[in-house]
Amino acid sequence: MSEKFVRTPKLNTLFRLQFEHAQQCYVLLFPEGMIKLNPSAAEILTCIDGKKTDAEICELLRENFPDAPEDLEEDVREFLTHAEEKRWILYDA
Amino acid sequence: MTPNNTTSTSITPPLWLLAEITYQCPLHCPYCSNPVNMEETFNELSTSDWERVLTQAREMGAVQLGFSGGEPLLRRDLEHLVAYARNLGFYTNLITSGIGMTEKRIAKLKKAGLDHIQLSFQSANAEVNDLIGNKRHSFEQKLKIAKLVKQYEYPMVLNFCITAQNIHEIEEVMALSTQLNADFVELATVQYYGWAYENRDHLLPTKAQLQHAESAVNRYRDAQSGGPKFIFVTPDYYEDRPKACMNGWGTTFLTVTPDGSALPCHSAKILPLTFPNVKNSSLRDIWHEDFSFNHFRGDNWMQSPCKGCNEKSKDFGGCRCQAYMLTGDMYKTDPVCSKSPDHHMMKSITDKAGSKASTALKYRYVERGIDIAVVDS
Repeated sequence: MSEKFVRTPKLNTLFRLQFEHAQQCYVLLFPEGMIKLNPSAAEILTCIDGKKTDAEICELLRENFPDAPEDLEEDVREFLTHAEEKRWILYDA
Repeated sequence: MTPNNTTSTSITPPLWLLAEITYQCPLHCPYCSNPVNMEETFNELSTSDWERVLTQAREMGAVQLGFSGGEPLLRRDLEHLVAYARNLGFYTNLITSGIGMTEKRIAKLKKAGLDHIQLSFQSANAEVNDLIGNKRHSFEQKLKIAKLVKQYEYPMVLNFCITAQNIHEIEEVMALSTQLNADFVELATVQYYGWAYENRDHLLPTKAQLQHAESAVNRYRDAQSGGPKFIFVTPDYYEDRPKACMNGWGTTFLTVTPDGSALPCHSAKILPLTFPNVKNSSLRDIWHEDFSFNHFRGDNWMQSPCKGCNEKSKDFGGCRCQAYMLTGDMYKTDPVCSKSPDHHMMKSITDKAGSKASTALKYRYVERGIDIAVVDS
């Protein structure tokens, strides 16, 4: 786990992220489908703007959630890997 | 809503609204899912009717919206309705044949906020494509539109309707989809509703053809690095477990037809039930209170063997329309299910696949069609 956080994720344009009042959660919308997001996944994805690096996203989350557990970075890294595998986010080559 | 009304309180919102804005279409595919009896074709809802439907559906929690038909491009208010829906927060899908699309319209739709375009193909071969849709030069037009869809940065889903007439060219279909840079590709073996039910004996592939196609798809997927995601849909006639049709009656899907009928699925109008119309009732009343929408909710309506079956909460007894079409009784277990006393029907139907159909092929609308059976002889 020595790999540094230096990459800048962006949301794949195949997906649209929005808050759904009827379901009281964030969802990812894509052609004829929807993924409901849990609160921590939504917190991370809403930070992604194509400008902030993954390290900066961690810093921001740390500021917003001062009581978060120590391994917050680890959780974010794990989620971003998952999101990349699912093609929700992309990194510039 | 009264607090002790359990049917109302346990009802989930219609997340998916299919807006069939017109039944009119420049193509005449013999497997069209539209009703065979399209008398109501010319009594279409107005723009303001659709605005009201969209607003009410969104208030109830609908989020996916399909503009479909017929060919939705034939409605001149399509761009307006897309903008209106997008503004309400819908994810907007356009389900189109591409016939009638122009660069000007694709740009206007982008500006209106259209999220996704699903483009149908009848074949990967120009001649076969034009024969099945019964329209010359439609293949050329579809290729042009596929390029525009990507140029304007829409997610692109291609839908190929697979039948006995084109199943042998599945490899060409996948190659074409890759070349066109599709995001998702539905290799959808036609389901036997509407016109496809009428023409089933012509359209149903044999089991051997299906197995051959499925292994070709698996081989292609294994060799892929990136490229489109292929979704292979087999016809349930060869299955022994029924499909969980529409994710359960009145749980997720709501279809509004061109004349304003509200249906739990786009095929339900064939059933001997009276369905409500959005011109007379609000969507909330329709979804929560209407007799037809409540009719097959839950499992009180079930007969044996569904009633005592431990899989009833998984497949909801299969498809009501299929049970009705095949047995004449909409309360019966879907005959696809091996536990159904009518399951033997499926074998007698599928045994006939591949042999010459006894009746002539019926084209949607047109009296005289080109006999598509000639293309695979």
